[in-house]
Amino acid sequence: MKVNLWGVRGSIPTTGSETKVYGGQTSCMVVSEEDSLIVLDGGSGIQTFNDAHIPKNKRVDILLTHLHMDHIQGLGFFKPFFREDVEIHLWGPSSNTDSLSSRLSRYFSPPLFPVRLLELPCKLVMHEIGNTDFNIGNFKIQSSYIIHPGPTLGYRIEGKQSVFTYLPDHEPALGRNGMIKDHNWISGYNIAHHADLLYHDGQYTATNYATHKGWGHSSIEDTLAFAAACEIKHLLIGHHDPSRTDAQLDELTRELREDVDKYNFEFNFAIEGSELEL
Amino acid sequence: MSAHAIEVILNRQLADCLSIPVFITDTKGNLIFYNEPAEELLGTRFEETGSMPVEKWSTIFTPMDESSNVIPPAELPLVKTLEDCYPYHKTFWILSLKGNKEKISVTSYPIIGRENKFLGAVAIFWKAKD
Repeated sequence: MKVNLWGVRGSIPTTGSETKVYGGQTSCMVVSEEDSLIVLDGGSGIQTFNDAHIPKNKRVDILLTHLHMDHIQGLGFFKPFFREDVEIHLWGPSSNTDSLSSRLSRYFSPPLFPVRLLELPCKLVMHEIGNTDFNIGNFKIQSSYIIHPGPTLGYRIEGKQSVFTYLPDHEPALGRNGMIKDHNWISGYNIAHHADLLYHDGQYTATNYATHKGWGHSSIEDTLAFAAACEIKHLLIGHHDPSRTDAQLDELTRELREDVDKYNFEFNFAIEGSELEL
Repeated sequence: MSAHAIEVILNRQLADCLSIPVFITDTKGNLIFYNEPAEELLGTRFEETGSMPVEKWSTIFTPMDESSNVIPPAELPLVKTLEDCYPYHKTFWILSLKGNKEKISVTSYPIIGRENKFLGAVAIFWKAKD
């Protein structure tokens, strides 16, 4: 299984000289194995997708965690949407109040975007999911609602030999007493336990988090604690705060390295453009 | 993997922040969490007991009406919520740990999640106005 990181910035694209190492594109990744390919989220990083990425069967699956702007803003610039010969399957969280199609149409319609969802030339198939098990090509996938404002899913993707868990926006420590020790009470544990690679929200430092509780994101410290509870092998900390510069992320890396012995898994900050082989 | 649904986890996180007794059950009525104010009512700590089967925790209180007649379980708010997934409210008396009769109001509501699935129930105990 290969995981390509195309967007690891949170909230808003922040490309510039101070973010050129870790990257400024918002949430998007591609997971592939043999002929199977999945796109995770449609942030601005999805612009990297070109014709060469389209699988032989001309089917592309996009799994959306939720519909906050930084996870869908690149969809309008996703080239396969404008090809009649491509079948695109959009998977996203169901809601009791409105269909996935109707919620996405708020973006895919004037005045925000000139082309309406219904007008896209591709063959578009919508899948509304919740706590759901399903398969795409080689992959066995488990989606699960997690703590984040509005209907939000995390994904566990199981390939032939490895497991990747994707939780870009997640606040498992929300509450007076932070993260609860009993695994049964930890949001996201059911899809992250024993993953070979976990990509997890670490937007804030502990200091930042104190003034952003309930915004749906985690402190780096809570992310490390979550990864430890889930007994994963490798943690990628992402959804970098838009104000966080490369220099600050390097400094945070140095600080975290001082505590490296506390954790029995590898961890580092996610870098846009990198590829991991599991 | 028997993790609780996110809607149940969020109810616990809320209960953890409240200063009124809150009890959370699964769909069968087994007590899966109670907060610190509820610990005072039960006389036990959640950290020590963990979850409790319905047969055990339902006998701790002795619900009574004004004339000290025992109220049958089927008339209690939480039992009714578990039965039909609707919210209920009732004022009645219980025997405290010290053996005193205390007037309380109980509000119960079902946890019905995003997938319209019944996931459990919550009972909030209020000290009733005299």
